[in-house]
Amino acid sequence: MIVLILGCGRVGARLAIALDSEGHDVRVIDQNVDSFQRLPLQFRGQILTGQGIDDEMLIKAGIDEADVFAAVTNDDNTNIMASEVAKVIHRVPKVITRIYDPIREEAYHALGLETVCPTALGADLIENMLTQAATVTNGKAGA
Amino acid sequence: MYVVVAGGGKVGFYLAKTLINEGHEVLVIERDRRKADGISEELGSVVLRGDACEASTLSEAGVNRADVVAAVTGDDEDNLVICQMAKKKFNVARTIARINNPKNERIFQILGIDATVSSTDIIMQQIEQKLPAKSLLHIRVLEDADIELVEADVSANSTMVGKRIRDVKLPTDTLILVVAHAGETKLVNGDTRLAAGDHVIALTRTKNEDVLRGLLLA
Repeated sequence: MIVLILGCGRVGARLAIALDSEGHDVRVIDQNVDSFQRLPLQFRGQILTGQGIDDEMLIKAGIDEADVFAAVTNDDNTNIMASEVAKVIHRVPKVITRIYDPIREEAYHALGLETVCPTALGADLIENMLTQAATVTNGKAGA
Repeated sequence: MYVVVAGGGKVGFYLAKTLINEGHEVLVIERDRRKADGISEELGSVVLRGDACEASTLSEAGVNRADVVAAVTGDDEDNLVICQMAKKKFNVARTIARINNPKNERIFQILGIDATVSSTDIIMQQIEQKLPAKSLLHIRVLEDADIELVEADVSANSTMVGKRIRDVKLPTDTLILVVAHAGETKLVNGDTRLAAGDHVIALTRTKNEDVLRGLLLA
């Protein structure tokens, strides 16, 4: 599988390392060269320095032959725009967009992007943990 | 008309000022407190402080009753998201985005933005018109139709010199419309002959511009 990852932050780098070790053809784009330090020496994928919303950059990275595009920079709007370019213009079969803002995530999910909202996921998870803890405490108190 | 201007930088400020002077109802959305305060001081209470990319801000701005949303921040991706949110979530009839990187113009059109304004392109055109260099000058570009109106001075080496227009093989969809010769401006027909130094105005497709340039200026 050819996978393009936009953004080599913690999430992008971790994703890149995991997919690379599974034997996929991974290309990571980041505008900051220092970000690639998150990748280990044995990383076999390709690294490209540049802006992800630059169409020429995406073409250079091989977007037209990519099976997957994941936009995981720390800027919601960059992720949205890059994902739309990947999906609408380059027809990448699978496009995943990280959006921190839950309202924007909901809006773009409704518009057809496959979105991940770490804010909502994190809050829900923590809330679940708290609710469970409360149930357990209540149970003990009741016993 | 109710116009929501997203972005209160120089472009947003002067746009708002002009629209207010023309009698329109205007609201500027600006994230930065200092910029927002500056606009309030100059133009009165026409500023909403907030992030125009967020649906809650757009809702507070009453975007659903706006006739036009103009996104004029310095970030193309922000302008895209603002226009898309306004259009898709609030059904705004007309969205206009400022584009800073000319490469994004085509992308914005494909992604459904009604109109784009590229500051870089405008500056380039203005400078181009002031250059004496031998080239085609763009008078007007109709992006939607991929058609442009250009002008040029026919060079002495041009293969068109002395020939009738009907005998010249012009690229497809290309028309030589007007010729100015020795101070006299005329509409061109098939029998018109061009002379070196004539000033012509022509209509062509963007993709044929190079061929036309070759014919007129070679």
